[in-house]
This record gives sequence, C-alpha cells and structure tokens, in this order.
Amino acid sequence: MELIKFTVEDQQGARQEVEAPTDMGLSLMEILKASEYPILATCGGMALCATCHVEILEGQAGLGDATDVELDQLENLPEYFPTSRLACQIRIGDQLEGAVIKLRGEDVV
Amino acid sequence: MNTSTIHTDLCIIGAGPVGLFAVFEAGLLKMRCHLIDALPQIGGQLSEIYPQKPIYDIPGYPEIKAQDLVDNLIEQARPFNPTFTLGERVDLLDRQEDGSFILTTSDKTQVHAKVIIIAGGLGCFEPRKPVLTNLELFEGKGIHYMVKNPETFRDKKVVIAGGGDSALDWTIYLANIAEKVTLVHRNETFRGAPDSASKVFDLAQEGKIDLILSANLKEASGNDRLEKVILEDKDNQEMILDADYLIPLFGLSPKLGPIADWGLSIDKNAIEVDTRDYSTGVERIYAIGDINTYPGKLKLILCGFHEAAIMMHSAFKYVYPDQKLSFKYTTVNGVNAF
Repeated sequence: MELIKFTVEDQQGARQEVEAPTDMGLSLMEILKASEYPILATCGGMALCATCHVEILEGQAGLGDATDVELDQLENLPEYFPTSRLACQIRIGDQLEGAVIKLRGEDVV
Repeated sequence: MNTSTIHTDLCIIGAGPVGLFAVFEAGLLKMRCHLIDALPQIGGQLSEIYPQKPIYDIPGYPEIKAQDLVDNLIEQARPFNPTFTLGERVDLLDRQEDGSFILTTSDKTQVHAKVIIIAGGLGCFEPRKPVLTNLELFEGKGIHYMVKNPETFRDKKVVIAGGGDSALDWTIYLANIAEKVTLVHRNETFRGAPDSASKVFDLAQEGKIDLILSANLKEASGNDRLEKVILEDKDNQEMILDADYLIPLFGLSPKLGPIADWGLSIDKNAIEVDTRDYSTGVERIYAIGDINTYPGKLKLILCGFHEAAIMMHSAFKYVYPDQKLSFKYTTVNGVNAF
C-alpha cells in the first residue's frame, strides 16, 4: 500500500499530519471523514452541498483545475477564497504529499 | 381535521428510490402509502440531479441509468396504488390522541397517517446564508433569501448579494420595479450566464443599477427593520448603503429542514435509528435511506431497500394492531394488488 502524508488544519486552527493510501481510489473528503474531522459531506461526494469546502494552503499546483460543477458550488459560497476546493472532488494521489489543507466547511453542530 | 385531509396508512416523506421501494414492501403487507416530496417530480436526486448517470451497484443490474431505475420502481409500486403530493414541503407534525399523525405541508395540504416514514435523502435544499453581523436580527424584517413576490420590492431600495444566475436574473428583473437596485459581488467577473452578466454590466453603465464588485457583506443595521447594509471591499474599506431590503443569493444547500424540530435524535444532519427496525426515538416514526444514520451506515440505494423491507414488518403492528404478521415470499404468494 502506497501512503502519502499531508497536514490538516481544523476549524479551530489545530494542525495534524494525516496519512492516506493512494491506491484505494479515495477522495480527500473520504479521508477527512475517516479521520473523524467534523465535516458533514451531506451529498456523499457529488459536489452538491459544499460542506466539504477546504482551502489548499500549500500544494495547490499539483491538483489541477476545479471542474465547472465544483466551481459552481464554490463561487456560490458566501465565503470563498482563491485557494478554495471541495475535498470530495480531490482524489488522493502523490500530488497531495506535503500539502497543507485547511477545513472551511460549516461546523458540525 | 378538515374534509379534504388525505387519509393513508403510511405517509412517506421523500419520493426517491427508497421511498418508492418502501411502497412496494408496504403493499406486500397490505399497507397503503401516500408520498410527499418537495420536488415537483417523483425520483428524488436520481431524477433531479443525475437522471442519465449509470448506477452500477443495484443488485441484478450490472448497469442502469438513474431515471430507468426510478421508472422501474414506479412500475414495481404501481399495484399498490400509491398517491402523491409533489412540490410541497412537510412543515408541521401533529400527534393525535390515538397515536396517529396529521402532517401539514407548505401549501397547507393535510395528510392523516398511522405511521410516518422519513425517506428524505439529503433533505430539502434551502438557501445558503452568508456570514453577516446581525443577519438573524433582520430575517423577515428586510432580509429575504428568495424573491417570492417581486411587488414587495416596488419603489424600495434593494441590495442583492451574489454572483450566480439567480443574483443576475433578479437584479435585471428588479431594476424596473425597485427604486434602486445595488448588486454586490465579491469578484470582478460573473460565472452566471454570459447574456445575463453583460445585461447587468449594461444596466450599470446606463446608471439603472449600482454594481459593486470585489466587495463582501459585513453587517446589517437598523432599528426595527433593516435600514443599512455595510460592505467591505478588498482593501478592508467600509461602504455603507441605505437599504430597505437585502437579498443574499448564495445558492442552495441540503438541510433537514423542519424535520430537525420533530424531537428526533440527530447526528451530523442525519436521523439516528435503531438498526433492529430503523425506528427513530419517536414512536411510529421511521427513517430509511440516506437520511438515517447508525454505526456502519452506508449511503447506498441498496441499503435503503433493505431498510425499507425490515421497517415495514415493524410498522405493521401500528396499522393492523389485532393481526399477527406472517412472513411471505412473493414467489409463493405473488403480488396482490389493491
């Protein structure tokens, strides 16, 4: 199993390193949920709810552009940054090695 | 109870694949169903969002298009003659003395049911709210998340915020009705339809609307009602606009909606259920499909089908309290329509 490491900053600003396998076809959203970060991911990965909104603080270059479906959601959000992405639309792969990801989705109550 | 009330054994909230299959499972046990859905058509997400997408994990179908699955489920439920209220959201739940319920929808349709099954999928899509100081204070007192009646805004000062199609469309529409329309957008460009975007730029050029780009909403203020909207530009400079109305249009996001206030146990926007029968903590209310949660839950259509079959055997006792339920195979007994 190939593993990569990246850093996740939660809504409170605490940073932690997360390990993820690259050969299981997982999305960043699925890894964040599996790591018990408080994100809703209501729509289950269909780029419909934007509750898995993240900012890619470092490592944006390797990720490629967001699709139209993803941009439609992101640009509609009240809070949106040039570094914004939907975690459900990012596949876990080598390009995420060393990235720094900040959670932006609405807090789970 | 008024005379136009719809009477049914089971009321299913949500007419997606799981709600439809629940009709079939209920029918095998001779229980009648009425379905309510906020969307104007049957099929839930499958019909609304991805009708032409193939699904690969329905047992017995190596591949099936979402809409074809919905059509098949409607056909499968047909012998049991389900009835529908579409395009209405369930707002109120009233428990009757005998334990049954009366549900009231957004259009005041009333349904009397012995059991309620929530098969609401992602929930209903509600307007996304911006982060803005005093937002809640002025909701309904100048802040509206949708335009229900354009006449409300006649000869008023209206601030619209957002950059999508609905922000553009309402800016164009209200330009002729309101005293003044100001469109606030945080970017320099719009992703909405190019035609609408150029129309908005034209209106701004002609002085018919005010267009404020690269700015964000910061605060709402007023006394009893909204009077001012305060913006902040990219250099953190404040701008104060006189406003009778603020219409933030930031798209829709799936929410549980009024169901969240029914006293059910909720975890991360999903309803907690007992996996023995998918009952909620409230007697006679069940939750199946993507809207429920339990340890090991998978949001899969096939899991929703399983949950529907199990829960119907539990709900039977509320519809036929004097009868003993015996488990039967369709291969032995067939499907007895009613």
